[in-house]
Amino acid sequence: MPDAPGLELIAQELNADAEGSVLGTYHEHGQGCLIVNPERIIDVLRWLRDTPGQEYRFLSSLHGVDYLPAEPRFGVVYELMSMPRAERLRLRAALADPGGERLPEIDTCVELFPGADFQEREVYDFFGIVFRGHPDMRRILMPEEYVGWPQRRDFPVGGEPVIFTHDEPVMPRWYE
Amino acid sequence: MRREKLRALAPLDEPEAPSDLRVRQLRARDLLRGDLEGPDLEQHVEESVLTTTMGKALGWGRANSIFPATFGLACCAIEMMSIVSPRYDIARFGAENLRASPRQADLLILSGRVSIKMAPVCRRLYDQMLEPKWVIAMGACSSSGGMFANYAVVQGADKFMPVDIHVPGCPPRPEALIYGFNKLQRMILGSPDPGWRHRYSAVGTEEWAREATGRASKEEIEAYEAARDLIASHESARSQASRGGPA
Repeated sequence: MPDAPGLELIAQELNADAEGSVLGTYHEHGQGCLIVNPERIIDVLRWLRDTPGQEYRFLSSLHGVDYLPAEPRFGVVYELMSMPRAERLRLRAALADPGGERLPEIDTCVELFPGADFQEREVYDFFGIVFRGHPDMRRILMPEEYVGWPQRRDFPVGGEPVIFTHDEPVMPRWYE
Repeated sequence: MRREKLRALAPLDEPEAPSDLRVRQLRARDLLRGDLEGPDLEQHVEESVLTTTMGKALGWGRANSIFPATFGLACCAIEMMSIVSPRYDIARFGAENLRASPRQADLLILSGRVSIKMAPVCRRLYDQMLEPKWVIAMGACSSSGGMFANYAVVQGADKFMPVDIHVPGCPPRPEALIYGFNKLQRMILGSPDPGWRHRYSAVGTEEWAREATGRASKEEIEAYEAARDLIASHESARSQASRGGPA
């Protein structure tokens, strides 16, 4: 991980090269994170991957988060790794819920990191975040005809209630 | 005796003798009977011949040569694998031959949680099996969803296929699965084992979930007593039958 000054340095260089791409930084538990403007995510990833001296060429993970009830609600998190620097860097793009039937959208990074293909499909599958320009934006783990985005925090847990006989005083004759 | 008489009638080295048919009949009967006659023969038949029905004989054969499918779903499959090991050895009950194709299998053991994506696969495997076929739901997950009360797991495999035996446990020990298998065998034989209360003479000691007052309702008491009388009458009929009873 870059230390806190190193993280600020990266953020400043990024903002100098791509205006308005980094909205903030934070450094906690020895881990640095850039909060990125979701409209500029591809510019940031490309800059980090291709700039000499940075070389974050390995996307070790891409995942979605639902921060309900926070606003903006969704986050897409990119975990990058630089082999030459032996350092990891986290990017977070916050996405607002457009409301209604519409889904939040962000650009795909499959052209930069081909390994992101399945991971973006997984984020789509569980959070309903659409990756614009993805070559094959379908569900990957849930059945294709499944309705809903099961890892969202407002999705019902499902299953069936199980009540044991020691619940009897609490809920008399629950079996009826 | 009769044998000498027969030999005199038709020597064995002359099978094409003229009075052919009758002689052959007598010789065949003689071979079947052996040397016994009269009351000796009656006693021999009584002691060594067993009469039964076709259905029972068929059930006996089926119950003792079950071919389970090689089919594991989750962690219960580890326990299921060990029932064929020498330590637990389901070969004692004639089911050591796990078939890798559902078309050759009689028994499907659902060993683990069934996700909603796996459910159609299980159903298809079951449909591909030839009749007669049986299913054991092994463990809490395939019986009721178990700890996986969520969006991804079917809450009990009997929602999409018929299940004959449920084995509780998480996972059940191999002994438990073998016990469930023995229950299935009894079911196939047509004499389902009513359970441990019968073997331990504990019928009538059931504890009933009551209302918070601790009093059972009148209907509950009546249903319970009717069930107990029914079980007791079955018991006495069974013990009479095993004692020999009136013919």
